[in-house]
Amino acid sequence: MNLKTVWNLGIKELRGLWRDPIMLVLIVYAFSLSIWTSSNAAPEALTNAAIGIVDEDQSHLSSRITAAFYAPYFVEPQMMTTTQMDARMDAGLDTFALNIPNDFERDVLAGKSPAIQLNVDATRMSQAFTGSGYIQQIVSAEVSEYVAGYRAETALPVGLALRARYNPSLDPKWFGAISSVIQSITMLSLVLTGAALIREKEHGTVEHLLVMPVTAAEIMLSKIWSMGAVVLIGATFALSVVVQGVMEVPVAGSVPLFLLGALLMVFAMTALGIFMATIAGTMPQFALLMMLVLLPLQVLSGAMTPRDSMPQIIQDIMLAAPNTHFIILSQSILFRGAGFDVVWPQFLALLVIGSGLFWLALRRFRKFLR
Amino acid sequence: MSAAAAAEGAAPVATVAGLSLRYGKTIALDDVTLDIPAGRMVGLIGPDGVGKSSLLSLLAGARVIQDGDVRVLNGDMGMTAHRNRVCPRIAYMPQGLGKNLYPTLSVEENLDFFGALFGHDKAERERRITDLLAATGMSPFRKRPAAKLSGGMKQKLGLCCALIHDPDFLILDEPTTGVDPLSRRQFWDLIDRIREDRPGMSVITATAYMEEAARFDWLVAMNAGEVLATGTTAELLARTGESNLDAAFIALLPDEDRGDGAAVVIPPRRNGDDEIAIEAEHLTQRFGDFVAVDNVSFRIPKGEIFGFLGSNGCGKTTTMKMLTGLLEPTEGRAKLFGHEVDARDMRTRRRVGFMSQAFSLYAELTVLQNLALHAKLFEMEPEQIPGRIEEMISRFDLGDVRDALPEALPLGIRQRLSLAVAMIHGPEILILDEPTSGVDPVARNGFWRILAELSRKDGVTIFVSTHFMNEAEWCDRISLMHAGKVLVSDTAEAITKSRGCETLEDAFIVYLEEAIGEPRPEPAAEAAASVPERPHQAVAAPHDGGGGFSLRRLLSYSRLESLQLQRDPIRLTMALIGSLLLMVIIGLGINMDVEDLTFAVLDRDQSTTSRDYIQDIAGSRYFIEKPPLASYDDIDARMRAGEINLAIEIPPGFAADIARGRDVEVGAWFDGANPSRANTVQGYVQGIHASWIMRKARETYGDAALAGSFELVTRFRYNPDVKSVVAMVPAVIPMLLLMIPAILTTLSVAREKELGSIINFYVTPVTRLEFLLGKQLPYIVLAMLNFFLMTGMAVFFFHVPLTGSFFGLTLAALIYVTATTALGFLVSVFITSQVAALFATAMLTMIPAVSYSGLIDPVTSLSGFGRVIGEIYPTTWFVTAARGSFSKAFGIAELIEPMLAMGIAVPVILGACTIFLKKQAR
Repeated sequence: MNLKTVWNLGIKELRGLWRDPIMLVLIVYAFSLSIWTSSNAAPEALTNAAIGIVDEDQSHLSSRITAAFYAPYFVEPQMMTTTQMDARMDAGLDTFALNIPNDFERDVLAGKSPAIQLNVDATRMSQAFTGSGYIQQIVSAEVSEYVAGYRAETALPVGLALRARYNPSLDPKWFGAISSVIQSITMLSLVLTGAALIREKEHGTVEHLLVMPVTAAEIMLSKIWSMGAVVLIGATFALSVVVQGVMEVPVAGSVPLFLLGALLMVFAMTALGIFMATIAGTMPQFALLMMLVLLPLQVLSGAMTPRDSMPQIIQDIMLAAPNTHFIILSQSILFRGAGFDVVWPQFLALLVIGSGLFWLALRRFRKFLR
Repeated sequence: MSAAAAAEGAAPVATVAGLSLRYGKTIALDDVTLDIPAGRMVGLIGPDGVGKSSLLSLLAGARVIQDGDVRVLNGDMGMTAHRNRVCPRIAYMPQGLGKNLYPTLSVEENLDFFGALFGHDKAERERRITDLLAATGMSPFRKRPAAKLSGGMKQKLGLCCALIHDPDFLILDEPTTGVDPLSRRQFWDLIDRIREDRPGMSVITATAYMEEAARFDWLVAMNAGEVLATGTTAELLARTGESNLDAAFIALLPDEDRGDGAAVVIPPRRNGDDEIAIEAEHLTQRFGDFVAVDNVSFRIPKGEIFGFLGSNGCGKTTTMKMLTGLLEPTEGRAKLFGHEVDARDMRTRRRVGFMSQAFSLYAELTVLQNLALHAKLFEMEPEQIPGRIEEMISRFDLGDVRDALPEALPLGIRQRLSLAVAMIHGPEILILDEPTSGVDPVARNGFWRILAELSRKDGVTIFVSTHFMNEAEWCDRISLMHAGKVLVSDTAEAITKSRGCETLEDAFIVYLEEAIGEPRPEPAAEAAASVPERPHQAVAAPHDGGGGFSLRRLLSYSRLESLQLQRDPIRLTMALIGSLLLMVIIGLGINMDVEDLTFAVLDRDQSTTSRDYIQDIAGSRYFIEKPPLASYDDIDARMRAGEINLAIEIPPGFAADIARGRDVEVGAWFDGANPSRANTVQGYVQGIHASWIMRKARETYGDAALAGSFELVTRFRYNPDVKSVVAMVPAVIPMLLLMIPAILTTLSVAREKELGSIINFYVTPVTRLEFLLGKQLPYIVLAMLNFFLMTGMAVFFFHVPLTGSFFGLTLAALIYVTATTALGFLVSVFITSQVAALFATAMLTMIPAVSYSGLIDPVTSLSGFGRVIGEIYPTTWFVTAARGSFSKAFGIAELIEPMLAMGIAVPVILGACTIFLKKQAR
């Protein structure tokens, strides 16, 4: 192993990257604009929910309830009849339909505890749950305000002090921004090395390298360090300038510790990228392969939905993927301010997986060069 | 030659007037005016990049005419109607080995495809294929994939494909470049025989081999986009006063392009230096059953120029790889300077310079950077490097281009740079694999002068492979190689004499024929006599022409597409199981059910009431209780480690305070890192808290607690258990039926564009609509197959009941996938590279599908641009149809509206594709 050769080849990789405008745009985009847009695209708990109201009561109270649904949580309620309601829900035009029965106001005031019906299109999971909670609160608030003067104090004096930790206002941007940094690290470390190797293969320059005094391990390491450096610099920029600076998202833990984790992650993913590039013959095949590999890695690793809500078998299988550990460690460090004493098992796991992948890739790469 | 050829003054088959062509800033053709005589064998000569290919593609109608007039077969090639009329009478074979062939298809399948495009029926095709294969001696290889044919055979197959429809005008673009002399001779014999059979046929051929051009009837010499001269070989020779065409061509060039004009003279080798530099002993290389190199032995003394001749695929490159240590020999030994070649031995590599066949320098590094990188990799002393680089730059005359990128340089200069790079570390041996293919004669001469100097002055041993006979004659000794074996090794002169031939090429051919064991080049030479009879000409109208709509042409593209797909494992996987895989991943992975949340309690009251409160949470199906908390620090630590999602603190005196009616507060901390999940947790806790209070209040105050209240009855329709699987799965099907079929159809067109086989669409009578629909058909079938698999998986694996009409949903899916596959074409029409097409399609289909199609937010809650897209995008309608059929018990009646809406999209998208798809290259 000659470190000077590894260094020189790495510099060559960087020069090559510098002359590849598409890749440069992709890198800049992934570490700036993509983070900005994907965190802003993360929906608030409820926005623009479509609601229809069947008002059979036509009372003062029912019109107060109707007026309480407004933007940005709801679109302006559609007033309609019961028959229209079914048709509209079938066609998917309304997610919620509130049915205020005859004599609702009178019965409430009389303490008869009347029923008000809320129909929810439960095929719209994202809105169904939170939306019905909101509607319950809105209706309750209107009713209790309306009947305020008539009611004796019958509630228990037990309060509930609910506090969200790590993100007190539950701002979805925080989660979105940091998840998208993690995603960019994963994607780029795979794409950059894989695409670099395929490009060399297509240009016949890999073969050329091999008649020179360089070994397969040196070629691989040179790609890993150079592309890894690019990804790490990008990630540092994204975290400190875009996330902390521009978007003003607080980072709870130590950024250097996170970058150390990212370094291990990049090591593992670049090895995987080389491995995949040896399987795929051409750039289009590599791109197809990437879709089939990257998507499961991203979706099932806990980046989008928490791991605990996945079936146990998927959780177990995904322990072999570097993403899983990287996501656990980065969420722990960045959101919850965990230190090395908490996340060392993930560091260890990443190191083991990364070394395994490197070994596999090196074997395959050697064979591929023959 | 044929009678028609003798008919001087006959109307020309093609005329070109004032023709110019530009690619960006590069001028390929500059005001060319030319008459091409009919019934003759016309040769187009000149080095690479002078506009030969451009001219031929314009004649074939494969490229749009920018400026000037092209008339072929008595009509204007600028007119679409004329092109459609004559394209069945023209055959065009583009440059590049097997460029218009489909590599994964067998010989027979390739021919069958072309036959069907020209409208022959099954029996007729079969007859013609048998005839042509017999005539070309390819019958034994009927079932072999085109990719596995040798260069010569590929070209013969290309010719067969071109001839299958009996053309009147045959256009061949460098058909013999990269083909061995025997195959070349066989190829031209074949053409001669065909011309005897069809005397009216005109042929125009571009070639880089002057000795080949010498036998053509009439020549056009081109340089830098202009015609230098026209006439017969004799006329050109007479005009320049030279004895051979190579020299004549150089003499025709303008002065500044002529180089120094001196012929290459290789001084004789000094004797007495007999150290052996390269030695091969019984080298053998097998790849599976295939023997690439078979028992090859030779010894090359120091300072010799040793030439290696042979056809493509005869084992030259493999032998060179074994000599450099790139390949380990299966048997035998390779020695450099008496040391066995060992791939791991870095010292040997430092003594060797290697220049591989393909240009293999870093296109992204400048000339200077390339030289510096190689110097560093060879671990030269840092202080020596700058001096050595300057030496190389001046020796190889690269001073003017030191900061240029290699790609911007002409081929000749690039070859010099490659040589400079290979020489940078001062190797004693140079191994050069076809260093001059594609380089013009002037630059080739210059290159060989440098080689001579290296060998004679510096004593460098040079091992070089080539196709050019004049280069072979410059070598000290040459080896002829065929099918992995060395046929003979000697000086050029001795080889020529040994078979009593006049030229080295003739001798080479004799050796090859001996090796193959056949006296005549064509095994079916006599059978070839049957070709001319062509009895079918009387029977079938040979030119089932352009125009109209032909189901046969459409289906032949369908068949082509399905065969290619079957033979590409990665694409096939994507097409068949890609969607299933992604469906499982998304179905299992994107789960919005928030269950199994962990919580722990810091109970500082330890009363019956506090335990009752905790029991309500622990008893709900959403929460799992973990061991109790000991302190606030414990909350911090365990939540930080991600062990608990929720911590509840019950204050001291909780029970007593409630009993006395004093205000009391339960503390709850939850992990807010993932806000959407945190929102749900918050909702759960509030709900449980409220119902606990309600229960307690009733226990305390009785029914009076209910006064002024109401009951909100929530009915979760269509999905009563509110499971995300039921919500997600029917929505995933439209997404996957959009993305994957669209990507596959995009790739199918972009591949043809990138690999060059799109040329078949340009020059055959197939119409745009036939091309598109033909390609679309297999993908619609695949997508429907995927639809059935996914629906089956939804019902039987995810247990999402299909409550509506299965037939109705199937019909809707059919319309939908017709639209989505067409959408893929629409993207590919505008994009040429496969990778760009892939990503563009993924982006362009997924963004509207995810954001504007009612997948998450209903279209009615969108506004502005997104709303407009949502209303017309087919996915919107199929999401409605799929959700309706799965969860809302839709019958045919409810599905009519979505089907109509999607149905309108199909002709609109296909119409746009047809309009924008170009039937010619630009």
